[in-house]
Amino acid sequence: MTTATPARTTATPTPWAAVLRAETRLFLREPGGLFWILVFPSALLTILGLIPSFRDPDDALGGRRVIDLYVPVSVLLAMIMAGIGAMPPILTGYRERGILRRMSTTPVPPSALLTAQIALHGAAALGSAALVMTVGRAVFGVRLPGQPFGYVLALLLATASVLGLGALLCALSRTTKASSAIGTVANLVMMFTAGVWIPVQTMPETLRRIVEVTPFGAASQALDRAASGGWPGWVQLGVMALWAAVVTGLATRLFRWE
Amino acid sequence: MAIIEVNGVHKAYAGRPAVDGVSFAVDEGEIFGILGPNGAGKTTTVECVEGLRVPDAGTVRVAGLDPVADHDRVTRLLGAQLQESELQPKITVAEALELYSAFYPDPADWRALAERLGLHTKYGTRFAKLSGGQKQRLSIALALVGNPKVVILDELTTGLDPRARRDTWKLIEDVRDSGVTVLLVTHFMEEASRLCDRVAVIDKGKVVALDTPSGLVSRAGSATVISFTPSQPLDETELDQLPGAVSVEQNGGRIVINGTDETVNAVISLLARHRITAHQLRVTEATLDDAFLDLTEAEQAA
Repeated sequence: MTTATPARTTATPTPWAAVLRAETRLFLREPGGLFWILVFPSALLTILGLIPSFRDPDDALGGRRVIDLYVPVSVLLAMIMAGIGAMPPILTGYRERGILRRMSTTPVPPSALLTAQIALHGAAALGSAALVMTVGRAVFGVRLPGQPFGYVLALLLATASVLGLGALLCALSRTTKASSAIGTVANLVMMFTAGVWIPVQTMPETLRRIVEVTPFGAASQALDRAASGGWPGWVQLGVMALWAAVVTGLATRLFRWE
Repeated sequence: MAIIEVNGVHKAYAGRPAVDGVSFAVDEGEIFGILGPNGAGKTTTVECVEGLRVPDAGTVRVAGLDPVADHDRVTRLLGAQLQESELQPKITVAEALELYSAFYPDPADWRALAERLGLHTKYGTRFAKLSGGQKQRLSIALALVGNPKVVILDELTTGLDPRARRDTWKLIEDVRDSGVTVLLVTHFMEEASRLCDRVAVIDKGKVVALDTPSGLVSRAGSATVISFTPSQPLDETELDQLPGAVSVEQNGGRIVINGTDETVNAVISLLARHRITAHQLRVTEATLDDAFLDLTEAEQAA
């Protein structure tokens, strides 16, 4: 952790590298955030996998097992935990405490701080996704995605939309308290559309059609398709890309620096 | 040569003017103070100089550059300590200093700076665990770490104990002696009279006076206060006719006269003429406090 002696003199890092390094250290000092992003999704998958019936092939699911469906769901859960649960309070806190303002008086724009945080949360979400797939494969024999390129593309689009949504959440909430409160509600809605309670694939037809136009409903379908070896539907990929573009655009326009 | 020029700056928030036509110029190498009551527009004024706010009207130049349009270049030569700005709660002192020194092309040695400010024993301490005074000192260090040509310090010593305050003043004088121009926002008179070469007094968004600290004091309505307890009562009309006397008050046998140097001589000869002894005679010079109150009160009455 922290030592009494300062870091040795190394070659001066570039400003952006210095920001990324500092923010990475700070990110690793948030045990709560790390737990929810990196541990919780895999833990949930493990707990569900311990239910015997979830490991039996189900004819209603086309011969697949419930646990097979919960791998993409847990992957999306990692994204939601990172982008909606963990990131917005940090960014609003940076604004509220005047950290962004202080940085505006230096040669490095405060957007460097936001970019670093967004990148770190994105990386953590993808890392957690990899962990979920590893646990699914190693412990419950869930096959790795049959269509890896489609899977990765869907994952990246889902990450982009969740980070955009998180950034929009910060733009809309004035205080850290507000962003936590809105975040909690948004979290539940996102978790539902991602299929945490009922996998999207088992939802009744009408509900599924509605959920599919949300970023996580679309992501869930796309990941499911790619997992079974098919190319994710262009409609689903398009829905995610559209959401990512719209929320990111709105967040950029509405964000207040102080 | 002026390194900071503020010309007719106006800034209103929701229609209420916060800064209403402020102009002043800060010469290279001086310590320039901005003094004023709370809410006078001091912070808004320096925020315009820092490029954090865009004036509604008027111009601001730092070394000939516009702090908004040329923001990037201005940030390289201007260090700022903002009022009530924090750092990431879990960043340590050493990390913050290292981070901020990486922002500048030619940074100062942050370890030497930290030692100067007594922060070297706190390198591993997180920002949130620092005391108010330590946070303040860190914020001063961060304002200086980029080797700026101009440094703006907003409420420099608020939250510091008297010892740390004096040490900080010494540091600011050293900073000035190394050729850095200092713009200081304060409401401590002692700080302004000790440090500043010139002071602009701002009240209700306007500059009400701009002078050296001693110039401001001599401008105050009553520069000298004479007080004593006479051994026998004195004639009131004689007291009122004292040259230069602005006011005479009698309070339980004690007489307090506000006047000038001339009044002092006249009081002494008056006492001698009547063979009256003055007990506990005190002659005090007005302070910047009095000048400040006079200046800001005059404005309120207007």
